[in-house]
Amino acid sequence: MATTLSVSVWRGAESGEFRIYEVPRLESQTVLDVVTYIQRNLDPTLAYRFACRVGMCGSCAMTVDGKARWTCRTHVASVAAENRLEIAPLNNLPVIKDLVTDMSRFFDNWARAKGRFHGMRSRKDDFARVMPDSPQRKEVDGAIECIGCGVCYSSCDVVTWNPEYLGPAALNRAWTLLNDVRDTARVARLAAVAGDAGCHACHTHMSCSERCPKHIAPTAGIAGLKRAVVAAALKGEL
Amino acid sequence: MNLRNQVLLWAAQRYSAMVLALCVVVHLIVIVYAVRNGLSAAEILGRTRGNYGWFAFYALFVAAIAIHAPIGMRTIVAETFGWRGAALDALTLVSGMALALWGWRAVFAVFA
Repeated sequence: MATTLSVSVWRGAESGEFRIYEVPRLESQTVLDVVTYIQRNLDPTLAYRFACRVGMCGSCAMTVDGKARWTCRTHVASVAAENRLEIAPLNNLPVIKDLVTDMSRFFDNWARAKGRFHGMRSRKDDFARVMPDSPQRKEVDGAIECIGCGVCYSSCDVVTWNPEYLGPAALNRAWTLLNDVRDTARVARLAAVAGDAGCHACHTHMSCSERCPKHIAPTAGIAGLKRAVVAAALKGEL
Repeated sequence: MNLRNQVLLWAAQRYSAMVLALCVVVHLIVIVYAVRNGLSAAEILGRTRGNYGWFAFYALFVAAIAIHAPIGMRTIVAETFGWRGAALDALTLVSGMALALWGWRAVFAVFA
């Protein structure tokens, strides 16, 4: 193992440049460790975002060697070819500074996709029981693990070509609620995710499924949404 | 375009793709057969003229193309040039009608 790592880091906002830093190479080092070292030891003006450091919060996603990744769980050994590394902010989102993007649009799309649960019970009712082995619950076993990191949104070609597109994460959220037997907003949600800016814009490139750090397959959920929306349209529910 | 029509356009493109997949396979077999057996234009016309089976098949082929291609072009134009709205929808409709008209004209020419 080499003793140092040559790291190109994006500095600036929408316009800017890559600057190179030499970082000591350590055993079991993550990309987030590298960024943290740069900020604490080489350049305190470097802006980046992180919180939990253990792959739960979804705040540290960046573009590492051209691919969006969660940096806290990405080992340098698995990505740095010839001891070089390029770290940039997420694609498809406006850059605020350095490695920090404005994620407003990403989360606003969750609201546009009616990603909020609408139940039918009050606090006076008994708990709803959702059987873990029921078909609908099993359908979203993976999808409910989303941590909202934005890796899928950043990797999606359709988002690049059509900024109005809701994106994989918001559609994945809608898919989990569509399969939630307690939810009451089915038709309104199907209308929210339909059409040219919704699930039907997906070209099934599957970059979201390939890059998702939680190994969720949003493409499968989006395909389910497409079928459900077409069925609703044919029934005249939309 | 309203939401329901956007969804129906997507469905029309999906279902026309299924028809196209079958039609293309049959069409390729016909081409290979005609070429390998050295059929002349007159011999081909001899098989298509007055044949309602081939007429129906190629009329369906043209219909599937006329539905499928303009809807796909609409998406490509929107994503590549950012052009969206009623004018693009009108162009989609006109191109679909033009494809259908030219295609059916050609089908009729080898049938009649």
